[in-house]
Amino acid sequence: MSAFATGATRSLPQRGPAPGLRFFIYALLALTLMVLDQRGGWLERVRYGLQAAAYPLQLAMNSPSAAWNWTHKIFEARDALQTENAKLRETNRLLRLANLRGAALEQENAALRGLRARLPGVAEKWLPGEVIGTESTTLRQRLVIDRGAVNGIFKAQAVVAGEGLLGQTLRVGPWSTEVILLTDPEHALPVQVVRNGLRTLAVGSGDTETLALPYLPIQSDIKEGDLLVTSGLGGVFPQGYPVGRVTQVRRDGNSPLAQVRATPLAALDRDRIVSFVWFRANHPATPTAAVTAANGGDPSMKPMETPPAPSLRAPAASAAAARAAPVTAPARTPVRAPVAATRPEASSVPPTSVPAVAAPASASPAPVEPTAAAPATAAPASTPPAEAVPPASVPAISPAAATRQAAPASTPASAEQRP
Amino acid sequence: MSMRNREPRGAMLLTALGALALHLLPLPDVLGIFRPAFVVLCVVYWSLNAPRAGGIALGFLTGLALDVFKGAVLGQYALATSLIAYVTIRQHLMMRNKPPFEQTLFVVAMLFLWEAVIWAIDGWTGQTSAGLGRWVHVATGALCWLPITLALGRTHVAR
Repeated sequence: MSAFATGATRSLPQRGPAPGLRFFIYALLALTLMVLDQRGGWLERVRYGLQAAAYPLQLAMNSPSAAWNWTHKIFEARDALQTENAKLRETNRLLRLANLRGAALEQENAALRGLRARLPGVAEKWLPGEVIGTESTTLRQRLVIDRGAVNGIFKAQAVVAGEGLLGQTLRVGPWSTEVILLTDPEHALPVQVVRNGLRTLAVGSGDTETLALPYLPIQSDIKEGDLLVTSGLGGVFPQGYPVGRVTQVRRDGNSPLAQVRATPLAALDRDRIVSFVWFRANHPATPTAAVTAANGGDPSMKPMETPPAPSLRAPAASAAAARAAPVTAPARTPVRAPVAATRPEASSVPPTSVPAVAAPASASPAPVEPTAAAPATAAPASTPPAEAVPPASVPAISPAAATRQAAPASTPASAEQRP
Repeated sequence: MSMRNREPRGAMLLTALGALALHLLPLPDVLGIFRPAFVVLCVVYWSLNAPRAGGIALGFLTGLALDVFKGAVLGQYALATSLIAYVTIRQHLMMRNKPPFEQTLFVVAMLFLWEAVIWAIDGWTGQTSAGLGRWVHVATGALCWLPITLALGRTHVAR
């Protein structure tokens, strides 16, 4: 024993510095790493390499469950497959029917918004990936997916599952990606209540079944069963993706804030296949790069050259005007921009006022939009009827009214007003 | 004297990889909190029984791997695990021939220290949690110590 002890102490100097000094060096290294990692992505490249090194082990440890799924699939009974096939056919049929109606709705929506053509969907591409690792604690709710930079995944990309939103990419390795789930305590998601458009933030709770909505005043109009969708703020997710359902609303007189909880629609702890989504860069619903700009910016993301504001605001503003002024017969000015735009004079409208804009903008009473003062179209609208009705009462012309009045609109507006 | 140059490096690397793999093994959330810190047990074992085979570097590198797997701040687990390796190497002459029960107490202390360092760094980086679930693995790790000693003892020639 003592012989060993002397041997051990004698050999230590040959092995380099004493343990204390070595520990000091390693501790210093670890602290440096931590500080660099905390202070903005100085270690992105290091992480990228480390994630690449970790990938084989993660894949290997996932292989038992993957192998189980595979064998399960192989030995699955024929009738089970047939049942599943029938079910899938039925689902497919329903989805296709829903999609038929969806196209019609999109068209209708485009018409309501005054857009000439139906916009394509905001999502351009999906890429499915398989979960190969999970980290589910109260501090971290993460997934590791077997897709990475080689598949074109980028940081802060939306990740969805069949039922709803799942999260966003946090760290991208060459072949694998770490996804931060909605329920991670560090994740906050701008959401909106579908029923009334109430906007707030959904914050992760550290539990895969629960989202917290901690910033709602006690009198806010929210109740159990409300569907939450993304509000499109925040720069990662476009508007309207389903997020969760409100499960609990507690209004405690002692606190100025309501205590609201929701359950995510996606099965965060059970989904094995998730999808990364790419959004069309020039789609109006595509989130603006508020977040990515802070990180140096994504060069592909540019401010939209289409001014979208009038197309959205005009109906609202004119609807307000319609409410303000009693709608009388002369108030129905037949000035209709879509028709006017087809007139030859309208060709002088600058090309920046995309078809989306021209129609309701010239009909809206508030002259907030410079392009609304396009020659020939707006001139008769503002001056001659002004004597008959104040400009504020130029009403919103509903699509129905628009079709009714399409014919008289082809005559000059002033002539319509005289009688 | 010739024995001293034959450090069980291969066995050490393989068992360290195995311990890391056990951290990655998918478990349901409920069972997850009972998962012992296999990496710490492995580092303590090798630091007690072959302190010169891996040394503190073993702790640092396995800790770094945990950082990557768990998506933690880079260096968090590396610091905690190198501290465990250092303390164990300093104490190895005193601890290695103690009866199993006393060794288990030492292992409990090491697991507790490891979790405390991680907990402190979590707090420092702004992640606070009131949950006690994170301390559960100290107990299960202590229960696993004896089987792990017996299993790892077969991977190399004891000196």
